[in-house]
Amino acid sequence: MPTRSGTLPFGIDAIDRRLPGGGLMLGAVHEVQAAGPDTDIGALPTSFAASILARHPGPVLWIGQERRVFSPGLVQAGLDPGRVVFVDAGRAVPLVTEEALRHPGVAGVVAELDGRLDGVASRRLQLAAEGSGVLGLLIRLSRRFDDPALNEPSAAATRWRVGPVPSPPALTHEPDMDGMPRPRWQLSLLRCRGSEGASWIVEGADAQGRLALASVLVDGPAVPARRRAGTR
Amino acid sequence: MHDGRRNIVASASAAARGLGLRLGMPLAQAQAMVPGLTVRDAAPAEDAAALERLAAWCLGVSPLTAADPPDGVWIDVTGCAHLYGGEEPLLRTLLSRLGRKSMQAKAAIADTPGAAHALARFGDASLTIVAPGGAPGAMALLPIAALRLDPATGNGLRRLGLRQVGQLAKVPRGPLARRFGHNVLLRLDQALGRVPEAIQPVLPPGVIAVRREFVEPISTPEAFHAVIQVLVAEACTVLDASGKGARQLDLVFERVDGTMQVLRVGTARPVRHAPHLVRLLGEQVETVEPRLGIEAMRLVLPLVEPLPPSQDAGLVPGEAPQADLSELVDRLLNRLGTGTVYRLHPTETDVPERVQQATSALADKAAATWVSSAAMSPWPRPVRLLRRPEPVEALALLPSYPPRAFTWRRVRHLVTRADGPERITGEWWRATAERDAVRDYWTVENQAGRRFWLFRQGDGADPATGSLGWFLHGFF
Repeated sequence: MPTRSGTLPFGIDAIDRRLPGGGLMLGAVHEVQAAGPDTDIGALPTSFAASILARHPGPVLWIGQERRVFSPGLVQAGLDPGRVVFVDAGRAVPLVTEEALRHPGVAGVVAELDGRLDGVASRRLQLAAEGSGVLGLLIRLSRRFDDPALNEPSAAATRWRVGPVPSPPALTHEPDMDGMPRPRWQLSLLRCRGSEGASWIVEGADAQGRLALASVLVDGPAVPARRRAGTR
Repeated sequence: MHDGRRNIVASASAAARGLGLRLGMPLAQAQAMVPGLTVRDAAPAEDAAALERLAAWCLGVSPLTAADPPDGVWIDVTGCAHLYGGEEPLLRTLLSRLGRKSMQAKAAIADTPGAAHALARFGDASLTIVAPGGAPGAMALLPIAALRLDPATGNGLRRLGLRQVGQLAKVPRGPLARRFGHNVLLRLDQALGRVPEAIQPVLPPGVIAVRREFVEPISTPEAFHAVIQVLVAEACTVLDASGKGARQLDLVFERVDGTMQVLRVGTARPVRHAPHLVRLLGEQVETVEPRLGIEAMRLVLPLVEPLPPSQDAGLVPGEAPQADLSELVDRLLNRLGTGTVYRLHPTETDVPERVQQATSALADKAAATWVSSAAMSPWPRPVRLLRRPEPVEALALLPSYPPRAFTWRRVRHLVTRADGPERITGEWWRATAERDAVRDYWTVENQAGRRFWLFRQGDGADPATGSLGWFLHGFF
């Protein structure tokens, strides 16, 4: 049983309603995978993880094989890299992750896991998080697109997939492709202990790590596009 | 040096050896061969003292070093190599540091002191590493002299036609021992790892060291843990009294047969908190091979730093998370090696590769500087960077336009939206080649909605600014 029980809501009613307890369970691990060719890089899962931890204060451990994260991007997804201790664990990522998840002084742990994660390892991570109350986010990467190994059952509390959604076409009176609206993600809850899967189109993380449901209006996003900055 | 009958050459520089001088050659003959030879009287006592100092200097590499007169230093690197990223980098670092002290050296790593001794002196390369179990093979072709035998024995073996270690290893042991005494077999077995050999390590002067001897040899991890607690408690008392904290700890296990094994752990900041140190050492205890048993354990603190006294965390409600995390950081650092656990600190630069600088994981100033940092640009920044920008084939109408399409790793992406350019110029104060360099960065979206960070090298007008090639640098 989680000793520091609780949940971390997304602040979006449609999503929180689906999750037992009204948010991401603390003291548990959650898997995040990318869609399609991003499976190799994991850019959107990285933004998604950063946006979640942005709303969960305290020290964060970011564990990967090697350094691939770009801090200014984390800042724009809401996560202050000053809170983060990065660990380049090479092949020891699962071991180090388990150790970090056991540490009650840590608020959140992000682990970049490449390829298969067997059932025993997955359960160990979940148990470690349950014992300490730490929020664990496992970014599942793979060299193969849509790797079946990422969809094997696991002990994680939830499994998410974040994929891109094409921006609406540029306005006809301004066709030179300039300007970039706030990105939109296809956010899918593939698995959830005690609930069912679902899928939403959301607008990507803002500088406070908040997501927003994308409006279905044809004439553009609910939040104005990022202002196009002038040349410096 | 005088060998009783005449003056002989005791040692010669590399240049002198190149002129044909050999050790043991009569001095008169040497002077006849090389007119104007610089001759100094040998000073064995000073040489020995200098060698001892060199052995103490080598403590920077490993906690177990010993002088090996007349011309060698033993270094037991068991469990130290990973701190340098492997055995070869360790030797290279050592040789280059010696080079800076203008000392020429040859180095070898092998399973046994005997084999390393032989390969360092008689091997061809200045740097030899023998894989575990490879000592007999590596030794086979070396001359008998590599076995540290006295000259009479060596000559006797040579008269029997035994010139190489491999030949000697095949000879029946009984007759060999009868003819030349047990020393031959002992040296052979030591070199090949059949008999352990002890090194008498030097102790750096003035360090904190505590030691426990046991009536009965111990060999279980539980027993080690109990002793670690006692030793650490004792060391912490000393640290407390002197207002210091440990940065490095060496736990020496002295085996019954005289050999030793050392666990070395380091900490990211000075520590005097006994449970923390006990845990760091306890993590590594599994790697100790007790063999016949451990008869004494010694805890040495070669590196201590001032640590002002602080109030115990027990009375403070909600202990500081920073201090709490240091324990985890130390454990990970000791397991994964230096440079693997860090924070990223913003630097005031526009060049993306230099924006994030790794600093110590426990650096205090790293906190809360990113958000307000000048390193932050109003432009969108990717969350993932490629290790280095990768060239892409791009199709752009004009130099000032974003590409219509680009091909990266043989996949073609149609660009549906683009934002830019953001011009980033080279930092002329770093390198002249960078003075004129220009990158124009674009954020582009492909037909599937995936966003990329591309740049074009050069401003499109002046060829000195870059080749106009397109590169992919990051992902949103």
